[in-house]
Amino acid sequence: MDLWQSIPLLLVILPLVSACLCPALPRRGAQVFCGGILALSCLAATIFMPAITSLGASYTYSMGHFPAPWGNELRAGPLESRMSWFFMLVLLLTFLGGLRCLNHDIPEKKTSVFCATLLLIASGLNAQVYTNDLFTAYVFLEITTLAAVSQIASRPGGRPLLSSARYMIMNMVGSSLFLLGVILLYDLTGHLLMSPIQQSVSALVESGQYHTPLTLVVALITVGLGIKSALFPFHAWVSDSYSQGTPMGSAIMAALVSKGYLFLMLKVIYRVIGRENFAATGVDTVLFIFALLGMVLGSILAIRQTDLRRMVAYSSVAQIGYIYMGLSLNTDAGMMAAVFHMIAHAVCKSMLFLTCDGLIAVSPSSRLRDLEGSGFRAPLTGAAFTVGALSMVGFPFLGGFSSKVNFALSAVDLQDPRTFLVLAVLVISTWLHTLYFLRAVITIYRRSPEDTVSKGHLHRGFCYSLSLVMLILLNVTLGVMSQPLINVLRSGLTLFG
Amino acid sequence: MLLTHYEEIAAVILFGIGLTMLILNRNMIKKIIGFSMTDSAIFLYLAAKGYISGRKAPIVENGITAMEAYINPIPSGLVLTGIVVSVASSAVLLALTVRLYKRYHTLDLDEMTRLAQAEEAD
Repeated sequence: MDLWQSIPLLLVILPLVSACLCPALPRRGAQVFCGGILALSCLAATIFMPAITSLGASYTYSMGHFPAPWGNELRAGPLESRMSWFFMLVLLLTFLGGLRCLNHDIPEKKTSVFCATLLLIASGLNAQVYTNDLFTAYVFLEITTLAAVSQIASRPGGRPLLSSARYMIMNMVGSSLFLLGVILLYDLTGHLLMSPIQQSVSALVESGQYHTPLTLVVALITVGLGIKSALFPFHAWVSDSYSQGTPMGSAIMAALVSKGYLFLMLKVIYRVIGRENFAATGVDTVLFIFALLGMVLGSILAIRQTDLRRMVAYSSVAQIGYIYMGLSLNTDAGMMAAVFHMIAHAVCKSMLFLTCDGLIAVSPSSRLRDLEGSGFRAPLTGAAFTVGALSMVGFPFLGGFSSKVNFALSAVDLQDPRTFLVLAVLVISTWLHTLYFLRAVITIYRRSPEDTVSKGHLHRGFCYSLSLVMLILLNVTLGVMSQPLINVLRSGLTLFG
Repeated sequence: MLLTHYEEIAAVILFGIGLTMLILNRNMIKKIIGFSMTDSAIFLYLAAKGYISGRKAPIVENGITAMEAYINPIPSGLVLTGIVVSVASSAVLLALTVRLYKRYHTLDLDEMTRLAQAEEAD
């Protein structure tokens, strides 16, 4: 085994160990340390990508040299490597972009702990991407959740505390259901490693035994992860949690933490249960309906908001609906579209949350009508927000457009009644997205009559501008040159199961 | 046959009670108790499933190394790991409750929301 094959382990262990050291450092030191570790992780993930592509296969990395049915394993392939790279890159860029507001948003003595939670999230995300063991996935799921809760709660004031409590309670419900599903599955199959579970599940499905318990397991895991990633009927916690945290915290939670759970869901469908068995339980139909409802109702909820951050938060519900729709189609094209959208949404939503805060900083309040002209007072921020909004709407040459095309193509491939349903909902959802995102863009570029009362220009420093420029470039790259990534994801998915 | 699985039946009932409390009760402390109950119920289920009657805990004693003498250690190991996770989650939720109580002097989540909204309206 070559040295580079240990990189997945490094990506999990390095942020985890660094997170333990981080609280001991002074404020400035912790920030530099955290940024350094994130950059290092990003670099490691970058080195890993070409190496795994040239290998042309996925491999398992057994920990402690216990052979397959017993030990704990990591498994890496082209898909995992891309996902982990995007996660680390977006995390690093969000960290750079949110660094300046961190200093005045949260008390000085808490900064080190905040940086530690950031590293814990990095570790949790990588573990969810790479692990091949269902119980390890659960443990890191909880680590990510707890870190995300403390990210919201670190902002002073009553509302963030209350939001973090609500977020935590909903997530605890989700975790409990997920854990129960995992334990019942362990009880049914006797395995915790994903590939042996799938063999046992396939054998059970073939023999027709335990059909009801198996359906229950799939439903429990799906609902558990659905609650945690804000699938439509379980989305009540979204607006508060995403709008009350620090800008960096909201961006990370909406863009990355939910994607970690979604990737785990993908893994459950592909590797743990198996796609045919997943379809045999009928849970995919329920998921399909919830996803379609989420795509429409999430947007309608967003339209009703008068607060910019809440609006962007609710648009996440709709976007998560897109991803679940792709997963529930259970076709190659649908899965690929879902994975692509996870990446496109992560890149876009992190930028939107960062820019929201920038626009609010130069305006009297966060209400939409108070934001008039803020695009002129903070030009780069306004431009980045516009790019993000257009990408969410599905404007050509941006990441969101590529994913909408992918979703539409996957729907056309279906050739059954669902085709029409998906296309119709895509059109309605795009239309609704246009309605509220363009309203926001027009608002920030409307010159208000009393432009003299503006709060001056935005001073966020070099890191903020750099991060926004990089995120804009990423968005445009995803839109213009999506084909190479799509090809890699497609080949990665065939090696994923 | 099904009715003699006392531990599993108890676990399922406890899980139901715990989950209902966690979701529906407005009192933060009761929510945390509910959460602990759901997790304990899962651990009870796991421990009950992992037990093979007549065998001993998987700690080698008196030099007996035959596999048949001991139960499978993995479910017990999972319970231990799960307890650690559960304790950590309860601790964070309790810490949040303490801070919320200091601020709003109530444990009722709806009451807190009302107070927070009133605070914001000022």
